[in-house]
Amino acid sequence: MTFRHATIERNVLLLMVLTLITVSIGGLVQIVPLFAVESTIERVDGVRPYSPLELAGRNIYIREGCYTCHSQQIRSFRDEAERYGHYSLAAESMYDHPFQWGSKRTGPDLARVGGKYSNEWHVAHLMDPRGVVPESIMPPYSFLQDRPLRGRDIAQHLKANRAVGVPYTDEMIASALVDLGAQANPDADASGLLARYPKAVVGDFDGNPRLLSEMDALVAYLQMLGTLVKFSDYSLKDLQQ
Amino acid sequence: MPTKIEKDAVTGTMTTGHEWDGIRELNTPLPKWWLWVFYACIAWSLGYFVLYPTLPGVGGWLGWSQRAELADRMAAERARVQPMLDRIRTTAVADIPRSGDLHGFAIAGGRAAFADNCAPCHGAGAAGAKGGFPSLVDDEWIWGGDLDAIGRTIAFGVRSAHADTRQSQMPRFGLDGMLTPAQISDTAEYVLTLSGRAAVPAAAERGRTIFADQCVACHGEAGRGNLELGAPSLADRIWLYGGDKASIERSIASARGGVMPAWSGRLDEATIRMLTLYVHSLGGGR
Repeated sequence: MTFRHATIERNVLLLMVLTLITVSIGGLVQIVPLFAVESTIERVDGVRPYSPLELAGRNIYIREGCYTCHSQQIRSFRDEAERYGHYSLAAESMYDHPFQWGSKRTGPDLARVGGKYSNEWHVAHLMDPRGVVPESIMPPYSFLQDRPLRGRDIAQHLKANRAVGVPYTDEMIASALVDLGAQANPDADASGLLARYPKAVVGDFDGNPRLLSEMDALVAYLQMLGTLVKFSDYSLKDLQQ
Repeated sequence: MPTKIEKDAVTGTMTTGHEWDGIRELNTPLPKWWLWVFYACIAWSLGYFVLYPTLPGVGGWLGWSQRAELADRMAAERARVQPMLDRIRTTAVADIPRSGDLHGFAIAGGRAAFADNCAPCHGAGAAGAKGGFPSLVDDEWIWGGDLDAIGRTIAFGVRSAHADTRQSQMPRFGLDGMLTPAQISDTAEYVLTLSGRAAVPAAAERGRTIFADQCVACHGEAGRGNLELGAPSLADRIWLYGGDKASIERSIASARGGVMPAWSGRLDEATIRMLTLYVHSLGGGR
């Protein structure tokens, strides 16, 4: 007797059983690899949760849709390594919720833009991209300079991130508002901030000390991207997953 | 409604046995070649699954990895250019322009590094941008335009986080209340005359005294600047933050100074040397 599709279509019970089997296979293929996801994160030192100001800047980055034109993922190809630096590690975005890998580069990759240019450049560029890069097609974001950063609920943002697995401590959450201000004020005592968030860049990012603006937060975020891992400490073998 | 499955007279293929208002549906089989390519792909994927890393934590039989391949390619490329880079590192920078092939290599390497690292601030053609990003193609240099000076500026930056950074800080004459707005206006009038431009004579005369008291120490008697201190010349028409009176007043009142990152940690020594030679070739000299 030859196989006839009509046999399945006319037998509801058989159809249900076979559907269940098929869907289960599809589900397992997606779920089983996740059991091993920990093994794909390289064991490197230095990656830490975002400081409150960086996190606020990251939220602005997401709000403005920067990811639609800028990726944050240097792939392991020679042309990318020559231009952008060391390829991105899974470990470097393990505290990203959601990650900002992006899928399209209308502008350059930003995974290692931290420290590459001065704060003044970032501000001048965000205010008027064509003022410094005439061939740029990026829209201006000058309004960020005038918008005060809404920081009162920053501790809640840390808590929300902790709920999805970012290791923010109680101390970090308690001092979130203080840290938020301290990072944007070169005259403040930043020792606590730097103890909690090593390598955090402190400064009056937007050149206007009178206002903690969204520009401050966004530039603080950009200036830390890709700076946390010291790659000279690791060989290829350490980074093999 | 179902009808008999039969051979369609026109096409010669079977019908599905469905009919709607007299329209019947052909059951055209997939082309044989397509079907076999499909089966071949399935067979291929099984081999691929075993040979290449597919599941996390389990490497493929071939032991291949993207990261190892990149490391190999980078190493091979490194090995290819290493002799040249070694020569660049060991030759005195000033001697490189006289050694034909090495100079060509250095300028090409410098141009590539410039486009990636320097062009965002200084412009693709190194013409600078308004708002404190200096042009590198003119002969005005704030920290010196000879090879040594350019190399130092690239390596350590200006007002950067590096310990050996170039550092200068003009006083904020207005914000810190050292001069009144009227005095700042007079000084700006006098500064206009340094580059041979028209100014209100009486105001410029008053400004001359203030300039002599406050500005000469860094900018010099004739306002020609001082490379050691990073004090720019005020006696030409090249202005980093604008040369009209309002811009000059603002510079006196709030003091301006840009930041250039130190590149010594980010770029290797040979690249910095190639950049030095390239930048020098654009407008170096003084």
